[in-house]
Amino acid sequence: MNINLGSIEQKILNEERLSGQEGLYLFEQADLLWLGMMANHVRRRKHPQRKVTYIIDRNINYTNVCVASCNFCAFYEKVGGEKAYVLNNDEIASKIEETIALGGTQVLMQGGLNPALKIDYYEELFNFIRSNFPGIRIHSLSPSEIAYVAKISKLTLEETIRRMHEAGLASIPGGGAEILVDRVRKVLNANKTRTDDWLEVMATAHRMGLKTTATMMFGHVETLSERIEHFLRLRQLQDQTGGFTAFIPWTYQPENTELGGEKTSAHDYLRTLAISRLMLDNVPNLQVSWVTMGDKIAQVALEFGGNDFGSLMIEENVVSAAGANFRLSLEQIRRLISDAGYEPHQRDMEYNLLN
Amino acid sequence: MDFIIRQSGLFDIYEKVQAGQRISAEDGMRLFDSNDIVAIGKIADARRVRINGRNAYFTMNQHINPTNVCRNDCLFCAFYRKDGEEGAYRMSLQTIRHKVEERLAENIREIHIVGGLDEQLPYQYYIDVVRTVKEIRPEVNIKAYTAVEIAFLSEISGKSWAEVLNDLIAAGLNTMPGGGAEVFSPRVMRKLFMDKLTAAQWIEIHHIAHSKGIRTNATMLYGHIETNRERIDHLIQLREAQDISGGFLTFIPLAFHPENTRMHKLPLATGFTDLKMISISRIMLDNFPHIKAYWVMLGVNIAQIALSFGADDIDGSVVEERIYHMAGSKSAQMMTKKQMQNLISETGHIPVERDALYNEIVTQVA
Repeated sequence: MNINLGSIEQKILNEERLSGQEGLYLFEQADLLWLGMMANHVRRRKHPQRKVTYIIDRNINYTNVCVASCNFCAFYEKVGGEKAYVLNNDEIASKIEETIALGGTQVLMQGGLNPALKIDYYEELFNFIRSNFPGIRIHSLSPSEIAYVAKISKLTLEETIRRMHEAGLASIPGGGAEILVDRVRKVLNANKTRTDDWLEVMATAHRMGLKTTATMMFGHVETLSERIEHFLRLRQLQDQTGGFTAFIPWTYQPENTELGGEKTSAHDYLRTLAISRLMLDNVPNLQVSWVTMGDKIAQVALEFGGNDFGSLMIEENVVSAAGANFRLSLEQIRRLISDAGYEPHQRDMEYNLLN
Repeated sequence: MDFIIRQSGLFDIYEKVQAGQRISAEDGMRLFDSNDIVAIGKIADARRVRINGRNAYFTMNQHINPTNVCRNDCLFCAFYRKDGEEGAYRMSLQTIRHKVEERLAENIREIHIVGGLDEQLPYQYYIDVVRTVKEIRPEVNIKAYTAVEIAFLSEISGKSWAEVLNDLIAAGLNTMPGGGAEVFSPRVMRKLFMDKLTAAQWIEIHHIAHSKGIRTNATMLYGHIETNRERIDHLIQLREAQDISGGFLTFIPLAFHPENTRMHKLPLATGFTDLKMISISRIMLDNFPHIKAYWVMLGVNIAQIALSFGADDIDGSVVEERIYHMAGSKSAQMMTKKQMQNLISETGHIPVERDALYNEIVTQVA
């Protein structure tokens, strides 16, 4: 059948699934306002109430040591590097106390592929947090870290996730997905975790009942069809497991990275966000990225498919190392949501509304 | 896609705009009351395409702010200083000459000159600023002095507004910027900028300029204490003024930047407000040829998105903008021609380098 905007519009209205070819057609042909209207239509169908959610949590980067040396990253240090660190329990505890004081409900611990940290380190860390801060959800690591811990601890993925889960890991953030195409991962030097490895960690976690999110970092060396490939791989796994709670696309931040280059534009961001809403028909929530796009575009993104404002991010070190320097307070986040005509609601990782 | 605009309850406005018709103040209020910014953008785009097709304009320009000493105390301004106060400056004609000369190698088409109401400078200085710039770059379009400055020059010289304009035109003035309009509301005026011109005076000065063949711009400063009704009233007054003279070229909605002003507790306008202002101005001001998304004040991101929401101009390369940067604007001081072209092309519009009167600059390829 001939693809055109009319035929795609009809499928969207009939709640039919779009093909990869149709997604690519949208990237190549659809204008910004058309995409906004369609994505907004789908978003309203999925979230008919005029509510936009956010979470209060803190990124804790427990280590910056990483053997992956991805060339888009401005955060990592090599083993034995001058600024290499691993946080101790006291440092982590005081960060969690600050988080609780600010109304936070969760910690997002992410670090690097640190050869000194095997499964017992994570078990102790999670146990420590769980016993001292039982109300805090441990939404931590990334598939890359989990696959690496499994490897250096000589465990299966399942065993690794089971032991972490028993120690207190509640869910897994979708970081490190970058673009789920091995050609791109090779160019980014991110191929220590292959596409299949990343998806396998998520599939395993989902089968064991852990929810996760999924991200995409775009606007670097990937082609438009590779963005579509990314959507299709996630959609396929989601069909099997239903374990992704949200999709979080964000733009590559080039400052201080080996890869360098330019930031992609707001126009590209909004179009990509809208197309992700249209393609990922089985993922319930779509987060906007104020950390990389700023408050104005993040707010506008609520009309391009986004239904969640992401996190207050009490602490963030990774994209800020690469030049993203936006900061928002809780009051600002709530105001931006209300100003757009939505009720702001704090949520947890599984999108249950709090307060 | 029509059904989506129908769902927004704005379809009748869309139909009027598609037919090239004028919309009422009440229609304008309905647009402000809606949060359906994509539908509003679509309506604005319909108007935009009728007037400007897919063209999106930029220019290679330079800003000169000769003095920041100002007798007024506008609450929203972070730029002005009192005479002798720290940070106060006034440029000598020599400095101005130097600023123009240091960019002689660039193909600048327009020099934008605005500053404070500096009582220590003689009338002749303001005329000489224009003359000096014109001497160095006779081919450039000099866009100088807001209506507020014209009224001030009339006051200190005892000349009429028309006489002041005659002197400036003789010195080389070509066009006039649209600043100093703020919001045409007596209520807002009393609270924020007591000493300025009334709406009628501001419009009259522009009308005099138009009668002398001087094209001018118009602005509105939004995002402080003004109401939607006051915004609409402002747009309606401009539309009526344009019906009379046809001399306005471009409308530029200006977002209030609270940092370093005495209203610093107010939040910066949101992305929703910025895009609504662009779209609703485009829809209401059916007789204005151009709507500008001034990137220095909106930021590059919103300026780019605004091109799909009714704007057809992103201003220019700038370099050394002081007024918004003193109020905390985080945007860069300049964009290169290539950056502006890319920013526009990516949105599916045709980048057109323009002169001050929107004539296309055709670059000769050697």
